[in-house]
Amino acid sequence: MQNTKTQDTLVGLFVASGIVALFFMAMQISNLSSFSDNSVYTVTARFENSGGLKVKSPVTMAGVRVGRVTNISIDQETYESVVEMKIESQYSFPDDTSASIFTAGLLGEQYISLDPGGSETLLAENGLIDITQSAIVLEEIIGQFLFDKAAEE
Amino acid sequence: MMHFFQRLGNTTLASFAKLGRSSFFLTHVLSAIPATIIHPRLLINQLYSVGVLSFLIITISGLFVGMVLGLQGFYILSDFGAEETLGIMVAASLVRELGPVVAALLFAGRAGSALTAEIGLMKATEQLSGMEMMAIDPIKRIMAPRFLAGFISMPLLTALFSSIGVMGGHIVGVGILGVDDGSYWSQMQAGLDFQDDIINGVIKSIVFGFAISWISLFEGYDAIPTSEGVSRATTRTVVNSAFTILGLDFILTALMFGDI
Repeated sequence: MQNTKTQDTLVGLFVASGIVALFFMAMQISNLSSFSDNSVYTVTARFENSGGLKVKSPVTMAGVRVGRVTNISIDQETYESVVEMKIESQYSFPDDTSASIFTAGLLGEQYISLDPGGSETLLAENGLIDITQSAIVLEEIIGQFLFDKAAEE
Repeated sequence: MMHFFQRLGNTTLASFAKLGRSSFFLTHVLSAIPATIIHPRLLINQLYSVGVLSFLIITISGLFVGMVLGLQGFYILSDFGAEETLGIMVAASLVRELGPVVAALLFAGRAGSALTAEIGLMKATEQLSGMEMMAIDPIKRIMAPRFLAGFISMPLLTALFSSIGVMGGHIVGVGILGVDDGSYWSQMQAGLDFQDDIINGVIKSIVFGFAISWISLFEGYDAIPTSEGVSRATTRTVVNSAFTILGLDFILTALMFGDI
């Protein structure tokens, strides 16, 4: 049996290293460090078709991630897709900003890209983005193409 | 034919009886845990033999599992020109599945079997009865500290395994094969959620720690007090722990990630 002090030290080191590893997983491996709830604001955008957009899809501005999609629902009256997103409060945009749904790469995940307008007033908490461009659905384009071909002949 | 049914009935009854004994045993151990927390000396001794002595095998295995994941993932992903996503692939498989499961299997082999053998031998040499004769409760004195030590060590060891595995993937992917350092980490952080992935992995490891401690202590306590009985009990600990871990893992994964 080793003496008690060495054993205590080793147990202490073991527990400390385990906690450091948990901390490492929280900060370095997951998104905890880059996303906290207290410094965000919510904006909503309505799309004719939100395609393959999912909750947690990124929201970008000029290629930089500024927020995440938090909820996607359907408006029963207009049959539009209502997409809620949380934007980090260090970023602010004019209220005539437009939102488009793009795909990262040919088969990659879909994300929202924001394009700022020229208005003086800024988008506020619970603001609505009016100008939107729906997701491009590959099948629709192919269908359109075939239809046009058939019409030509 | 009657003989077959007789044996079937006998086995069924025996396994139910064992389940009942182990539940009684568990409630005894759980009720003895407050006493262990008040006097943590025994707990620290057990944390040493259960946790610290498993440290080396867990970290080295974690390193190599991470390195192999990095290597294999790179070969597959580079076929699609997607080697930038190596980080998320390594981290997700480690944090969600491989970390908790492999760490638990190693822990059952390294610490669980040792616990069973120790307690089985205590029973075979009548140390447990001796304690009872001296009015010392063996559940309080022997079982509860070991149970709590396994329960505490398992999440810590799993966190170490996963973290070091991610580092191992980084050594191979970024250091040797030339994946970009920034995208290794950023893909990982973008793809893994603290609540959904990290916390669920920790919950898994806590459940596994509970199951392994329970199985290994009970098998030792319930062993036939001969050398053959102890050897059989040790084997049963490893086999039953492995089955339990893999079965529980499927159930937990289905509850956490699936829509079953």
